Amino acid sequence: MTEKVHLDHAHLRHLLTAMLRIRRFEEKCFELYQSEKIRGFMHLYDGEEAVSVGVIEALRPEDAIVATYREHGQALARGIGMNALMAELYGKQEGCCRGRGGSMHVFDRATRFYGGNAIVGGGLPLAVGSALGDKILGRNAITACFFGDGAVDEGSFHESMNLAALWKLPVLFVCENNLYAMGMALERAEAETRIAVKAAAYRVASEAVDGMNVVAVEVAAKRAIDEIRRASEPFLLECRTYRFRAHSMFDAQLYRSKAEIETWRAKDPVMQLRSWLEQTGLLHADEIDHIEGEIAAEVDAAVAFAEAGTWEPVEDLERFTTMDRVPQ
Amino acid sequence: MSAPASTTAAVRMTYREACKQAIRAAILADPRVFLMGEDVARYGGCYAVTKGLATELGEERIRDTPLSENGFVGAGIGAAIAGLRPIVEIMTVNFSLLALDQIVNSAATISHMSGGQFAVPLVIRMATGGGLQLAAQHSHSLEGLYAHIPGLRVLTPATVEDARHMLQPAIEDPNPVLIFEHVMLYNREGELDPSVTGVDIVSAKIRRPGRDVTLVAYGGMLFKTLEAAALLQVEGIEAEVIDLRVLRPLDMPTILGSVRRTRRVVIVDEGWRSGSLSAEIAARIAEEAFFELDAPIRRVCSREVPIPYAAHLEKAALPQAATIAATARTLVKGG
Ligand SMILES: Cc1ncc(C[n+]2csc(CCOP(=O)(O)OP(=O)(O)O)c2C)c(N)n1
Ligand SMILES: [Mg+2]
Repeated sequence: MTEKVHLDHAHLRHLLTAMLRIRRFEEKCFELYQSEKIRGFMHLYDGEEAVSVGVIEALRPEDAIVATYREHGQALARGIGMNALMAELYGKQEGCCRGRGGSMHVFDRATRFYGGNAIVGGGLPLAVGSALGDKILGRNAITACFFGDGAVDEGSFHESMNLAALWKLPVLFVCENNLYAMGMALERAEAETRIAVKAAAYRVASEAVDGMNVVAVEVAAKRAIDEIRRASEPFLLECRTYRFRAHSMFDAQLYRSKAEIETWRAKDPVMQLRSWLEQTGLLHADEIDHIEGEIAAEVDAAVAFAEAGTWEPVEDLERFTTMDRVPQ
Repeated sequence: MSAPASTTAAVRMTYREACKQAIRAAILADPRVFLMGEDVARYGGCYAVTKGLATELGEERIRDTPLSENGFVGAGIGAAIAGLRPIVEIMTVNFSLLALDQIVNSAATISHMSGGQFAVPLVIRMATGGGLQLAAQHSHSLEGLYAHIPGLRVLTPATVEDARHMLQPAIEDPNPVLIFEHVMLYNREGELDPSVTGVDIVSAKIRRPGRDVTLVAYGGMLFKTLEAAALLQVEGIEAEVIDLRVLRPLDMPTILGSVRRTRRVVIVDEGWRSGSLSAEIAARIAEEAFFELDAPIRRVCSREVPIPYAAHLEKAALPQAATIAATARTLVKGG
């Protein structure tokens, strides 16, 4: 049964808010990295917000998510609290992983958020297993697996596509094709650059969608998920997108031109939706200001929460290396 | 006529720069040598070791690969067998696990398995170690795991001199050689003596002589261990510091010679204690020099956890100079 995407005021307002929350949260993260509150590797999602927001909008609460190290967007869109996320980036024990994971390793049991994987391609087999578990246990859930174009170079992509197809598993493979894997341009890494096309070799249905258009992503994700639930088979959704900022916080971006970045910035998913909403009169400027105000307050509160957070006692260092029981 | 000053004066440079000079020199010296790995060319290397080299040497000699570790390491093995002298760069040891199959099942076995018909003159470089708050998938010290494998030679240059000179003999070695560069060393500066034109890839070196206790270390731990030795000196304890340099095969004569003089030993290893390189060294000392020891063999290793992100937890997980010094102190002064 196709769940329609309702392009009404409430829904569009929600989509814009979801993307703006990610954007503003990460702008703050950038500042906090400069002031060394956040350390380690941090990968921002600037420009790619429509992908996680559009896809996660199509998920149900019982569905699972597997993500990469560039997962702030998925985490926020999925409903992991901004406070817990920010505290995690600070390394505080109030963080969603008690400060042990940091930016690259966000996990959340309540929302079936299975990480936060910083090994390129590492999440794909886990998504296959998550879907296998759901299938065998008779849960009517799907697993959405996010990964970059770079992960397509890894054997695990190909093995996972085949396993999911062979075992007829409900996996939505979401390739965030932002055209680069660090400095490696897609056309220098793959002989066949149309990622969606590769699915055919595994008899997996697929579609490529404009990843800068949140409504298009949501519609495509809903269609894909309907198909997954109907046929009990995986689906590959290639979202064509772009990251506006550096790969991580240490990247001189020698591999791409400023002009190229500007061309893509003109397609900014947040700006696109915002100006369309303003032009059509679906959302007025003062309502957007109001949303911005609420988000700014939420981000400030998250920073205050993280600042007030505490360091896990060093005596607890070895806790959780192994578990006494399987958490229920 | 006296030689120009520039040829004799020591040059100060970073470890990173020394690695880069080594790669450049090796590629210029031999048309069969090339380097390949992820983001080595256009990006300039994830730790900027190869920055600028692709422009200088061309993208055939500094070759970007897709994210296919098992694929391009295996291709390096094949190319080595076919007559080239590849240097494969893997971004970090954690990612080398994706190529563990090719390294352990092919690179390390082919010469023996083929009854000596083929050799695998391949060099694989990678970063290792913690200290940058990169958490549990980017911070581990797994070189000890490779030191377990017959058929491989495992190098851990710690000084600028070794970073500059270990590569060439590694390329000349008919066997696969793994070179581990600790991430905390890249920015470290040191002196390069231009009169030294080569080093061996066989021996351990005494970096600081001392009579009271032997401290065995390698890679990133060398400097924390030297720091510990300086702390001990203030208390009148003279520690001898050995830089292993080569983890496989181990230079046991140097280690045993030192231990026989000092009669006490602490082994420092950023790897985990269980089943580690430090365990191997301890066992060999116990086998060979048990009756010459005045105190039990001690080890300072990483705590047995995946390395956490938070700075204070990461610090607690990794061996620190104070812990090394404290451990040595109890051996010398008694617990
Ligand atoms: C197995 C592995 N190899 C290399 C890396 C280093 N690395 C981290 S992110 C990245 C680029 C990945 O690109 P892509 O999959 O397109 O994701 P994006 O960063 O563009 O979102 C690389 C090479 C890694 N983390 N894991
Ligand atoms: Mg990418």
